[in-house]
Amino acid sequence: MNNKTKNLKKLVIDQTLLLDCGKTIKNFPIAYETYGVLNKNKSNGILVFHALTGDQFVTGINPITKREGWWTYAVGPEKAIDTKKYFVICANVLGGCMGSFGPKEINPETNKIFSTTFPVITIKDIVKAQKFILDHLGIKKLLAVAGGSMGGMQVLQFVSLYPNMAHSAIPIACSASHSAQNIALNELGRQAIMADPNWKKENATPDKGLAVARMAAHITYLSKQGLQEKFGRKLQDKGSLKFSFDADFQIESYLRYQGSNFVDRFDANSYLYITRAMDYFDLEKQFDGNLSNAFKETKSKFCIISFSSDWLYPTSENKEIVIALNACGANVGFVEINSDKGHDSFLLNVPEFLKTLKEFLNSTYDEINNEKRI
Amino acid sequence: MKKEFKVISQIIKNNKRVLDVGCGDGTLMEYLKKNQQNDVRGLEPKKNLVQICISKGLPVIEGDAEKELMQFPKKSFDYVVLSQTLQAFLNPDEVLNQLLRIGKQTIVSIPNFGYWKIRLHLLFKGTMPITKNIPYDWYNTPNLHMCSIKDFFNFCKKKNIKIDKSMCLTNEKISEITNKNVQYKNIFSELGIFLIE
Repeated sequence: MNNKTKNLKKLVIDQTLLLDCGKTIKNFPIAYETYGVLNKNKSNGILVFHALTGDQFVTGINPITKREGWWTYAVGPEKAIDTKKYFVICANVLGGCMGSFGPKEINPETNKIFSTTFPVITIKDIVKAQKFILDHLGIKKLLAVAGGSMGGMQVLQFVSLYPNMAHSAIPIACSASHSAQNIALNELGRQAIMADPNWKKENATPDKGLAVARMAAHITYLSKQGLQEKFGRKLQDKGSLKFSFDADFQIESYLRYQGSNFVDRFDANSYLYITRAMDYFDLEKQFDGNLSNAFKETKSKFCIISFSSDWLYPTSENKEIVIALNACGANVGFVEINSDKGHDSFLLNVPEFLKTLKEFLNSTYDEINNEKRI
Repeated sequence: MKKEFKVISQIIKNNKRVLDVGCGDGTLMEYLKKNQQNDVRGLEPKKNLVQICISKGLPVIEGDAEKELMQFPKKSFDYVVLSQTLQAFLNPDEVLNQLLRIGKQTIVSIPNFGYWKIRLHLLFKGTMPITKNIPYDWYNTPNLHMCSIKDFFNFCKKKNIKIDKSMCLTNEKISEITNKNVQYKNIFSELGIFLIE
């Protein structure tokens, strides 16, 4: 087991999980974190799913990276997902590198790090693994499941697997099946990692490759307009061009920083495995080519949110989910939020988005509590 | 809640599925949900209004009726409501076809262009009529296809659309339109409300 993540909160799942690839795993750890207090009748739980490079530390200071949690804008006391009111649960995904069972862990059979011998996992496997946490906490029905990007995919997978386990579902800036463009961009990142001579070497990590993967991905999280406004052609040092390949432009320096920062906290093989899981995600195919069938059984109330400048998971792809839900008569609300911050909007301070999220949860919470009183 | 919504809500029976097309801030939906236990859905093109609806816990999707109605299955609602918006569509007849396809019954309300004040305005002033229900200038009006109660009557006849109920509103007073009084109501009513299928 990895030293840094040794002392994190974990549940060792003693049951066998049959993975989509056909292999089975058992006695595997899933690291998770909770915020707020679970009420007496265990009805205020919100399961938050993290995106590709997130982890269980949603808000507050992440004890490993010492940085703020990835959804600090949305989750916390009196925030949209109010931890004074709700009990927030988030688990590190299967295949991740923040304490959950992943390629960075030691294979007990060989006593070596799994690396690329770790089984290929899917979004479905990732969601099934998190269900064990809910069982462990004794939560039968969540107030909500929520997540953006890959977190949104997990929301969709969750409600299709467990149609009666969430009062509401909030898939944000996501897609029901990964597009060719999404797969292409992920492949670019994987190739960067695999082209690094340190990849698969013992006692070495493909930092350069992982950094390039992160740089490329980071561009896809922003919008052209946002980049232009923030950086334009601004130079790193005042004065003139250096006529070299150093980071002349601020945008170059920014991306290099993003890349080098990332390798300190993320495992290259986890990046391979998780991006693969995203690429394999095709909920429509899981339900014989009819996405509506994925939601046929669900009683959950949906709130789907997209962002106007998100070109990675554009409004049109979010709307396909809305259409499928409407086709089966599900309870669905949908809004596209105006923002120039691109795909990353869901992680940032976008007041209209946070307000919508907060009020939707409030109304769901009130509805459930009113029903009980009657 | 405005009188028109009261009339519409009285037509709608309890516990039925209702789609409100152009639901605005969700006033009618909220009333139907709370007081008549209707299972409501809404469609609204304006973002800020959709956000208001979502914060009220109403399932409203952002979108334009001329594009979005296709996605709803045949007869998937007991009632589809279209309040004072028919005249604003590029293709009102196609929208109406979609409403009739989706709903077992459809409730349509229209501002009556045959209203006497409108007739007089054009006759004597010679400029495009501006009234309480149609408060726009010719250059900024969203209303592309104004019609009168009589026009709508004739349209339904021509398209073989069955009118189950037709009412009109004048000075907050509600009355029934019949084949006999349509000529008269077309002059003295501000608004027509039709239940069709």
